Amino acid sequence: MASCRAPLVLLACGSFNPITNQHMRLFELARDHMHSTGRFEVVGGIVSPVSDGYGKQGLVPAKHRISMAKLALQSSNWVTVDEWESQQPDWTETVVTMRYHHGQILKEYEQSAGRHSDTSGNFASPSSPFPQLKLLCGADFLSSFKTPGLWLEDHVEELVQRFGLVCVSRGSLQPERAVHESDTLFRHRRNVFLVREWVRNETSATEIRRALRRHLSVKYLIPDSVIEYIRQHELYTEDSERRNEGTALRPLIKQAHQPIKSLDD
Amino acid sequence: AASLQKNPTTSKVVLLACGSFNPITNVHLRMFELARDHLEDTGQYSVIKGIISPVGDAYKKKGLIEASHRVEMARLATESSEWITVDSWESQQSDWVETAKVIRHHYEELLAREHNRDNVDTVKYTKKRRIEENYIASSLMLLCGADVLESFGIPNLWKQEDITEIVGQYGLVCITRCGGDPYKFINQSDDLWKYRKNIHVVHEWVTNDISATHVRRALRRGRSVRYLLPESVVRYVQEHGLYSADSEQKNADVVLAPFQKYSDASTSG
Repeated sequence: MASCRAPLVLLACGSFNPITNQHMRLFELARDHMHSTGRFEVVGGIVSPVSDGYGKQGLVPAKHRISMAKLALQSSNWVTVDEWESQQPDWTETVVTMRYHHGQILKEYEQSAGRHSDTSGNFASPSSPFPQLKLLCGADFLSSFKTPGLWLEDHVEELVQRFGLVCVSRGSLQPERAVHESDTLFRHRRNVFLVREWVRNETSATEIRRALRRHLSVKYLIPDSVIEYIRQHELYTEDSERRNEGTALRPLIKQAHQPIKSLDD
Repeated sequence: AASLQKNPTTSKVVLLACGSFNPITNVHLRMFELARDHLEDTGQYSVIKGIISPVGDAYKKKGLIEASHRVEMARLATESSEWITVDSWESQQSDWVETAKVIRHHYEELLAREHNRDNVDTVKYTKKRRIEENYIASSLMLLCGADVLESFGIPNLWKQEDITEIVGQYGLVCITRCGGDPYKFINQSDDLWKYRKNIHVVHEWVTNDISATHVRRALRRGRSVRYLLPESVVRYVQEHGLYSADSEQKNADVVLAPFQKYSDASTSG
């Protein structure tokens, strides 16, 4: 283990409605990529499902989305599910979630540094660098920075400057273009890591939900344990897809009074 | 799929997939699920079984690892399936076996099993009565990707009479990617056009180009293939150290068996 590698935790925010093999692939791809830069050692991954307050159409209750993610990640020895965001009373801005987890990582680091132990704990040695937290996302997420009212400019700035992004390209979307077209992203491009998945693999939760409504098989696209859970709880029906129909996404409402600066200034 | 009531007037179908399965991936397994959903959705078919038949080592494809591993990985991959099985007959033959022969073999086995069952059922039915009631024997269809369909056009890879037999007597279920157009290919071949009703084209609604080639490349480079293959197969690959730069060079200088056979032969077999 090269001592010059910075420990890194990857955090993925999203609906996970439901979690799919593709979501879990993002973590694997990102970890391989960050390792191959020679600068990082990925020590953890966190799946943080959004709270029900997000108001997205078709979003099933957080407790189900959390349970499904836990089932899916049972076999993973480095990625876990965190419920904090989903438990907040209102929708939480991504940067607030990042700050929270960064604080948690700091606490753990200080505790284990205080113990001076050399157990296999990731942050054991006081001389080891402080672990970094980066946001893991797909290219569509990056493109969403352009959507008016969805992101506050200050938040995007903090996300890329203070934390950093690991963005896995998906299908035909070109994340390089999103970086190029945003002055904020461009300014901090060294903290935006683009992971190329050359072969298209576009299992989307939207498609999965559609297939489930139509009683088509989703086996081998999402874990068997999640399929079984969905069946038992009768999630994802025509009714569930109509949830929040006609409601605006919470971020658009919450941030509506804020001045929306174009990211292209 | 939610189990549709098996309509007694539907034809029973067994799906057979031939290929290298080097290694088996979630995409291969998806083909079966898609095919079943598609056929059952027509209301005419009941898919009762799926068979994965990995090719024998004598196929001599570049990078093909031992059949014993490929069969075992397929077995691990289908453990959680109620209807997809693995058959090692083809992989155990010492010479490469034409696909049409593999189909014939499995069809004969299918008929034999049904015949035995008929004999057992003589209390309720006589075979004669089942014929009178328009008893429809099960059919066996070849399940494949559009690339296999299009490979019919590659010289010396297939015998013309085999293609005719496969589409004429058995049937093909062809899984195509979004944006793929096997109909164009079917159109351009008189043989395929003649039997177009036996060719079922199924569109994959999820774009997924992950191939076994891609998986082997990732493994050579020490990259993760989790969630591309069933968990048990990922573990097997790791435990046995399969798929390296060396394994990819296997058969590099050897001619693929069908090419060898069909270009050698002065009379067709």
